[in-house]
Amino acid sequence: MKKTLTFREIDGNSTGYYGLFGVLLILIACGLGAAYYMEHNGHYVTGMSNQIVWGMPHIFAIFLIVAASGALNVASIASVFGKPMYKPLAPLSALLAISLLLGGLCVLVLDLGRPDRLIVAMTYYNLKSIFAWNILLYNGFMAIVAVYIWTMLERRFYKYSSTVGLIAFVWRLILTTGTGSIFGFLVARQAYDAAIMAPMFILMSFAFGLAVYALVLAVAYSGTGRPLGGAIVERLRKLLGVFVAAVLFFMTIYHLTNLYATEHHGIEAFILDGNNVFTGLFWLGFILIGSILPLVLCFSSGFKRSLGALSAAAILVIAGGFSIMYVIIIGGQAYPLEMFPGKEVSSSFYDGVVAHYSPTIWEFGLGLSGFAMALVVVLFAVKILRFLPISLADSVVDPHYKEPEIVENAEAATEGA
Amino acid sequence: MATRRSAYLRRYALFASLSIMVSIISVTVFAGAPVPDIPKGKGDKCVEDTQFMRESHMDLLLHQRDDTLRRGIRTKKHSLKECIACHVVKDSNNQAISAANPKHFCRQCHDYASVNIDCFQCHASKPGKKSVSTGLGTIRPDSEFGLAEAHSLKGGDAL
Amino acid sequence: MKQQQNKIDTYRRKFLGEGVALAATVTIAPGVLLHNIARAKPAEEAVTSEVRWGFLIDANKCASDCNACVTACNEENGLTGFDRPETDAQWIRKVTVRDKQTNFSVNLPMMCQHCAEPPCVDVCPTGASMKREDGIVLVDKHICIGCRYCMMACPYKARSFVHETLTDQLPDMPRGKGTVESCTLCVHRVDRGETPACAEACVDAEKGAILFGDLNDANSDIAKRIAAEASTQVRGDLRLDPGVRYQGI
Repeated sequence: MKKTLTFREIDGNSTGYYGLFGVLLILIACGLGAAYYMEHNGHYVTGMSNQIVWGMPHIFAIFLIVAASGALNVASIASVFGKPMYKPLAPLSALLAISLLLGGLCVLVLDLGRPDRLIVAMTYYNLKSIFAWNILLYNGFMAIVAVYIWTMLERRFYKYSSTVGLIAFVWRLILTTGTGSIFGFLVARQAYDAAIMAPMFILMSFAFGLAVYALVLAVAYSGTGRPLGGAIVERLRKLLGVFVAAVLFFMTIYHLTNLYATEHHGIEAFILDGNNVFTGLFWLGFILIGSILPLVLCFSSGFKRSLGALSAAAILVIAGGFSIMYVIIIGGQAYPLEMFPGKEVSSSFYDGVVAHYSPTIWEFGLGLSGFAMALVVVLFAVKILRFLPISLADSVVDPHYKEPEIVENAEAATEGA
Repeated sequence: MATRRSAYLRRYALFASLSIMVSIISVTVFAGAPVPDIPKGKGDKCVEDTQFMRESHMDLLLHQRDDTLRRGIRTKKHSLKECIACHVVKDSNNQAISAANPKHFCRQCHDYASVNIDCFQCHASKPGKKSVSTGLGTIRPDSEFGLAEAHSLKGGDAL
Repeated sequence: MKQQQNKIDTYRRKFLGEGVALAATVTIAPGVLLHNIARAKPAEEAVTSEVRWGFLIDANKCASDCNACVTACNEENGLTGFDRPETDAQWIRKVTVRDKQTNFSVNLPMMCQHCAEPPCVDVCPTGASMKREDGIVLVDKHICIGCRYCMMACPYKARSFVHETLTDQLPDMPRGKGTVESCTLCVHRVDRGETPACAEACVDAEKGAILFGDLNDANSDIAKRIAAEASTQVRGDLRLDPGVRYQGI
């Protein structure tokens, strides 16, 4: 007997729910306080300087923005690629996309030197700037995904969800290309100025977005006691593994290409074999923790249908994601500019030396509040709207589900014994 | 059923409450509100008349800043430096005060209207010391007229 | 006899007095005339691309122990330091470049190169980072939101971010917390017909390493020199066409 799929709001009455809500609100308040402190005193209170201009807040913000576009993947697989088993997962995916983007943008805006000039940023556009395009793309994304959610939640508009889903899918590919190009278009720095930045960011968005989605799903369903079947877990596990492998592939190509060019040996030695935090974060954080361990967890048959393995892999991928963001963003700035290639340069303005960066608590606070903001939105939305299916058990969602057979002989045998 | 007495009472109550409100408001107006005490600028009149300035000084600033910064037009009439030079307010030590002091010319009206002044986060709000020009020596030696003599005119040397 | 002597004395005094007056007038008048003629375009005229301002910097003349240009720039623009070298603004700095193979070292001042194709202008989301028609690259701090993307994009690390609240800015050089700034080629002096402070200070320090002028004017000293002598642009391979050229590097 196939049950029909029903979405329902969560009860959201438990102490766990309110406790989590409270913790997240406290984190948001801390972040707002940190932003006020930074804006009021000036950025000298942070670890950012004239050498490292983008720091911890940007790492959080860019991770959140990249994950946001990737979180929409699950919904795209349902609407654009028509896979029936992903359809119940789609509304949460779209919700996460908006909320993660919102969290990331809040952090980015609050870190600006003049956050009071946000309205200037929304009205004056230099269209040659990829940053300006990103601002347009982010706002458009939120609008389109909002419409997408509407088509998915309201029955009479469901027939439009494929079309809107396709628009959202294309839009978010352009958006992530734009985010990667923020770095890819910079000619000045050795670590950037590479065409591979855009596609690499797209693959990273797939991996990070799915990792966050899987974690939120796991927490939501174990928290509310709603059933989450092994079929969906297995699909997501395998998919995460594929995305992690793809990111690893792109990262390999990026570094191999750089290693081939003698011109780039400096930056490669700095990142891959330097006596610094970036090398540690790259090999330990991104390669081992963020790629190899998740690959084992995702592809090893011993973890088949295991929610624990999926959740662990997701956490590891997120940790790896933060590591590689640190390496790309901070490492790319810490390596000195090659103003006089091949020469040794020194000055009073830190030319020719590796720049130093120690993030302060203000920056961590601001960054964490972005995550908290995203989660608060999700927590609130699933309570007031029907984002989560009542059951994601195999019997409900798996089109290939077979009722387990009742073996008569075995029962008779045990009775007789 | 409304009696004549209750009609009188209602009218009386209405009148009483209205007069109480008016007296409260007028007391606050006369007692506390900081009506701007606009200091007089130098000279006999401003470059534009007062009413125009009240209505449009913001538009002038917005327009002039782009003309000056982006197009290099540095006419004196609507120059911010000239405004500040004329509308300078001095304290008891005869020193010009900055916008941090509520007696500053701009602060008087802006405080009253509760409009934040963003300009003085970057712009100097009091006139500076006259920049020390070294006179003839600062002319670009490679000026359009390409005269080598320009060098020798430094410090008033003879031709 | 005495009367005649007095008359002669008076006559001599008058002659000397008038002569000196005439000499003084003859001396100063052309200067005044020259000053008026050589003054920059009239105040009400916009700048045009007929002019392109630039520097020619001779690193051979730059001394390693001289900081005149840096000091002059800091004074001219009111760049107060807070004893925090990592976050204090530096618009011009002395750079030492050493050849690793030959051990030969040069010194040179490095500032905003005022590129013809500035990457900082390309990347600014609001258009605050801009290039004036006469080639001077500026930050329009009225619309700068302080995102620091231009600082990431500059190959010369020319830009600084204002990390703290500022007071007592100079009237000629507004600067404030939360915006990005860099060498303005002393645009406030250039528009008055003067040379940038660093160039003037270098002349005063008797090095003369920094030559300022109009690159588009074939008769200017700078144009004549770069047409006759070798000069390079830093990171010329990026094809940004900086307005600052160097010799001796």
